Amino acid sequence: MKSTRRAATLAAACLLAVCASSISSAAVKSGSTSSASTVTISVASLIPGSTDAAKQQFAAQVSQFEKANPSIKVKPVEYQWTGPTFAAKLAAGTLPTVFEVPFTDARTLGENGQLADLTSLVKKLPYYSKYNPAVIAEGTTAKGKIVALPKGAYAQALHYNRKLFQQAGLNPNKPPTTWGQVAAYAKQIAQKTGKTGYAEMAKNDNTAGWILTTVVYTLGGRMETGSGTKAKATLSNPLTAQALNMLKRMRWTDNSMGSNFDMGWSDINQQFAAGNIGMYISGSDIYTNLVQASNVDPSIYGIAPLPLAKNKNAGVLGGGTLASVKPNVNAAEKAAAVKWIDFYYERPLVTKSQAVRNAQTLEANKQPVGVPALPVFNKAQYDLANTWIKPYINVPLGQMKAFTSGIFKQKVIPEPAAATQSVYHALDPVVQAVLTDKNADVTSLLGQANSAAQTAISSGG
Amino acid sequence: MGVIEARSVGSRSTEVRLPRRTPLTWVRSGGLTTIVFLLPLLFVFGAFSWYPIVRTVVMSLQHTNLVQPATWVGLDNFRAVIHDPLLPIAVKNTAEFAGLALVLGYPIPLIAAVLMSEVRKRRGVYTVLAYLPVVIPPVVAVLLWKTFYDASSAGVFNTLLGWVHLGPYTWLQSQSTAMPSLVLEATWANAGGTVIIYLAALMSVDSELYEAASVDGAGILRKVWHITLPQLRGVLLVTMILQIIATAQVFLEPYLFTSGGPANSTLTVLLLIYNYAFGNSLGGDYGKATALSLMLAVFLALFSWIYLRLTRSWSTN
Repeated sequence: MKSTRRAATLAAACLLAVCASSISSAAVKSGSTSSASTVTISVASLIPGSTDAAKQQFAAQVSQFEKANPSIKVKPVEYQWTGPTFAAKLAAGTLPTVFEVPFTDARTLGENGQLADLTSLVKKLPYYSKYNPAVIAEGTTAKGKIVALPKGAYAQALHYNRKLFQQAGLNPNKPPTTWGQVAAYAKQIAQKTGKTGYAEMAKNDNTAGWILTTVVYTLGGRMETGSGTKAKATLSNPLTAQALNMLKRMRWTDNSMGSNFDMGWSDINQQFAAGNIGMYISGSDIYTNLVQASNVDPSIYGIAPLPLAKNKNAGVLGGGTLASVKPNVNAAEKAAAVKWIDFYYERPLVTKSQAVRNAQTLEANKQPVGVPALPVFNKAQYDLANTWIKPYINVPLGQMKAFTSGIFKQKVIPEPAAATQSVYHALDPVVQAVLTDKNADVTSLLGQANSAAQTAISSGG
Repeated sequence: MGVIEARSVGSRSTEVRLPRRTPLTWVRSGGLTTIVFLLPLLFVFGAFSWYPIVRTVVMSLQHTNLVQPATWVGLDNFRAVIHDPLLPIAVKNTAEFAGLALVLGYPIPLIAAVLMSEVRKRRGVYTVLAYLPVVIPPVVAVLLWKTFYDASSAGVFNTLLGWVHLGPYTWLQSQSTAMPSLVLEATWANAGGTVIIYLAALMSVDSELYEAASVDGAGILRKVWHITLPQLRGVLLVTMILQIIATAQVFLEPYLFTSGGPANSTLTVLLLIYNYAFGNSLGGDYGKATALSLMLAVFLALFSWIYLRLTRSWSTN
């Protein structure tokens, strides 16, 4: 009996020891420095579901970087920024070492100590002084700490399906230039083709509010005035009501918006690439995603600037993406991370050799080169960089002419500065109500949204 | 004579003395083995059950982004939750889901179990068919039902209804039909488990009762009313409280089907908690999320206690 007990005790003790040793060995394995001389960083790569060609292209870039920096090992991690998943990963500490955030979030995240301070490393970059001050400010805290560097900037645009335009008897080389035309064309597409004439993101993940804000900007309205926690929410204004009523007419009177009213960013891209949508609003750089994740047929793609109302405040909403580093990295990891940001995001914009090499890699792997964007540095630098990569440009530039020739004549307006995502979130249910309830009371809904947005602004986020 | 035996004898006679208990005798009698075997269990429960509960209570009194040091804010999180205009909407929607699930989802498994218990042949096949939805991963089930609920005339349900000149209906895209649509899928997905419980309980009902009722000329409905339901009332009361607790914590369906839309018409309490924690890309409000979690837990504990007190006399034995 005693020997049985002893054996049982010994077995249990061994089990515990095995558990403990496996935990400790796992802890050792999870460390980011495999030896004193090699630093391993994880970096945001492509969005989940990207094509094999896109993955090969990224792997080729990683190889180039590792060859140039033998002491740094790069581990690509699939990454797609969405509000809820980003917040969860941020809280759990599972973001890659280098990740991307929208213009709207970087400053606040930096103020909250949730991004690494890159100031000293960034100021050593040879092109630091050339940054567009307005763009670099998006990644700089109030105390002057640089916490993120720009990946790219975009202007909201109208993307349209040229094939559906033709089928509906419209000229694909003459996209709509007024909101009245957008509504009329959408109705014509819906009636002639049976497809959705015009679609909007209307998911409860801030995208519905983002697109509504975009339309309100084109009419000359704004969602807030002032800045910081003192800003005043102005969601409930006549121009927001006008935008919603326009949506209401298209949905309920013209019946040109199809039957799917809960599409988010990815959903609407897939539906467009599948040829089910005539027109929709998204960032000017969306073509990259349409190719990488949705296999769009380039021949159907068209892009135009958003129609602007005859109002001196009318403009197009601009935004962008920044690359940043998680806060709890050591000095070696932070230095390696900034080297990767320099190599992958920044150099192709300012250095001819890197721009050409980048374009060559993209083109060789059948990835888009020359997608319309806004300048991160300045217009002259943007034009110069485009001349470097001209031989490799493979996007249908002719089908993008309406946008590329029109966007620089438009006024680009940044997203609402205070509690941006909360302002969008407050507008989500308003858009959903208009699209799902024929009798939705726009004034009342906007009043509730304004109150929710003001609460978020006053509490700092 | 063992210790236990000595104790029992000692309780009757003062002449027999208990052996002195020392650490050595405790070790020799297997105490150490008990502790060693208990430790992994304590570790697992402590790390994954008790620690999170304690941490929830602590976080509900703090303001934290889980990166910087937390600050104590007293009951501010509770006050903020109570004053949130979305809370009454979420409570109403959760109550609607629970109510609809009770009306639709509670009797269906019972009816199915009674019918299946009456079947003489291939009962196993019916049991498997009833249980099949339970083994389908919930996310897959929701994606499947999303295609059923497609609001276009090409959607599965709309196509079927179109054959009898009905629809197309907007299902998840309408504020009035979104919640019933979620309940329908949830009932389909979860009824199988309850059917199995009822089938097992039905097997324990004395068949002589049914035979006696048959002799007295009772039909199937009278047998169900006068024999089956009274005999199953203990199980019925337990499954009811379990269903209420589960539906009060509904998250998966509204999260995956509608994200709480359209226009907050399927926003539930758990989805609101999730939105507090993760709805804001700037880091979320974990204090408010944990405060509302605690409020829900306390409410459900109180509700369960009252329910069990009220139904004690109705339970069997």
